[in-house]
Amino acid sequence: MTAMVKAEGVHKSFGAVEVLKGIDLEVAPREVFCLVGPSGSGKSTFLRCINHLEQINAGRLYVDGHLVGYRQKGDKLYELKEKEVAAQRKDIGMVFQRFNLFPHMTALGNVMEAPVQVKGESRSAARDRAMTLLERVGLADKAKNYPTQLSGGQQQRVAIARALAMEPKLMLFDEPTSALDPELVGEVLDVMRDLAESGMTMIVVTHEMGFAREVGDSLVFMDGGVVVESGHPREVLTNPQHARTQAFLSKVL
Amino acid sequence: MTEKNSPGPADDNSAGPRLSKTDTAPVRPEAIKAIPVRHPGRWVSGLLVIALLVLLGMAFADAQVEWGDIPEYLFNDRIMKGVGNTLLITVLSMVIGVLLGVLLAVMKLSKNPVTSVFANLYIWLFRGTPVLLQLLLWYNLALIFPILNLGPFYKNEMTEFMTPFMAALLGLALNEAAYMAEIVRGGVQSVDEGQTEAAHALGMSPGRTMRRVILPQAMRVIVPPTGNEFINMLKTSSLASVITFAEVTYVGRQISATELNVMEMLFVAAIWYLFLTSVFSVIQFYIERHYAKGSVRNLPPTPWQKVRAALSRGPRLAGTRETS
Repeated sequence: MTAMVKAEGVHKSFGAVEVLKGIDLEVAPREVFCLVGPSGSGKSTFLRCINHLEQINAGRLYVDGHLVGYRQKGDKLYELKEKEVAAQRKDIGMVFQRFNLFPHMTALGNVMEAPVQVKGESRSAARDRAMTLLERVGLADKAKNYPTQLSGGQQQRVAIARALAMEPKLMLFDEPTSALDPELVGEVLDVMRDLAESGMTMIVVTHEMGFAREVGDSLVFMDGGVVVESGHPREVLTNPQHARTQAFLSKVL
Repeated sequence: MTEKNSPGPADDNSAGPRLSKTDTAPVRPEAIKAIPVRHPGRWVSGLLVIALLVLLGMAFADAQVEWGDIPEYLFNDRIMKGVGNTLLITVLSMVIGVLLGVLLAVMKLSKNPVTSVFANLYIWLFRGTPVLLQLLLWYNLALIFPILNLGPFYKNEMTEFMTPFMAALLGLALNEAAYMAEIVRGGVQSVDEGQTEAAHALGMSPGRTMRRVILPQAMRVIVPPTGNEFINMLKTSSLASVITFAEVTYVGRQISATELNVMEMLFVAAIWYLFLTSVFSVIQFYIERHYAKGSVRNLPPTPWQKVRAALSRGPRLAGTRETS
């Protein structure tokens, strides 16, 4: 079985600052893969590299066996055209810390947009499926509301439904609960838990250690652009081997 | 609350508010009936303004104005034609200005250094010189280019081509494009980067992202200043009278040259400008309201909705006054 995501020595620099200093990891299909670490450790950057929102400088990154952002012929790499990159991203859903819903569209419009525009689905089919998805995240009654009329937790659930509408084989979550009031975190985590149970492959950058322990299949602790420690969440979180991991967890838990 | 209560002469002591917290019976405190603050300054300034208006009115009552000329000429055929020309040159200049402005904005935002430098130069040149001067330059272009030669497409004497209308159109539209370019660029750049990322993450191509996600949101920022530009253009088009384009100011001046009613014809023109700018202000309001969707929780009421709300509130206000 090919790995859903495979990273080999991934490097990424912003100018002179090297943010990722050689990341190697594998995410299996149906796995819930948690990325934790202090801010600035490069976990969000790595996540953004997976769907080519950031271009990597060295190494190789594969999603479902395909090189991300490039085509390899012999030992030469060719940059993919913007349309080809867009086609790769269709299969990768992403949920952002700040939701990034389209404010000029209703919740329903947000969820319908990509299926209609990118996949060319008929509006009625897309609407039916969008309504099913909104129901799944518990927001069928908010379909006609604009994002400004929704709470943060509701917006993030719409954002998850919007990503799911493209029927992705991989979902990326970039600190999905960090911008939420504490009381709204639970409703978003519930939706993510349901999604994990349905067998979705998920990579989750999070500070919610409880979620990682309960739902995660594996966990990677990153710091300073490298993977410091990895393993099963329960083991890493309860019995961290590395001093950096211990120091970080003692502050977070 | 306690501070407001304390100056009251016969109020209960400060233990009141503290007690009410633990009190089992929820007694609603008495509604505040305070004597409103007086604003003598408002009365003075109001009276001052009224006095000035009265003086102004008296001055005009004595003025040597042939008031009868104004209604007589307001719908005069030549004036109406002038109004038509004003509208025509405004609309055409704005259409060309907006299209060219969008193109220049795209060029300026482009990663291609040649196009962005060109756009910057264009904007620098056209914003850095007065419109009146630009109009005169176009109008007198024949002095340096006697023949207009566009290769196989068009060839003619420049004086034939550069009519007052063409000179006015080129001068106003090309100048407007420079301002519109900056407005459009500002609008596009005002949209959060997260929007582009979200659209890209959904697999939308850059072009589709621009059309479906960025531009509709940029419109909210672009539309209000564009409306202002339109209204400005209505008035700026009067400068074209200098190069003998027969818009309403020019026609008014032409009529007064023979009829010797200079001020009266200027008043007529002023009335038309006021009418046109008022009409377009209303249209602008509705367009802005349309693009405000999603950015505000509740859309502002239309004037008509305000009137209806005031009417339905009226009787209720009267009702409360009767009971109290």
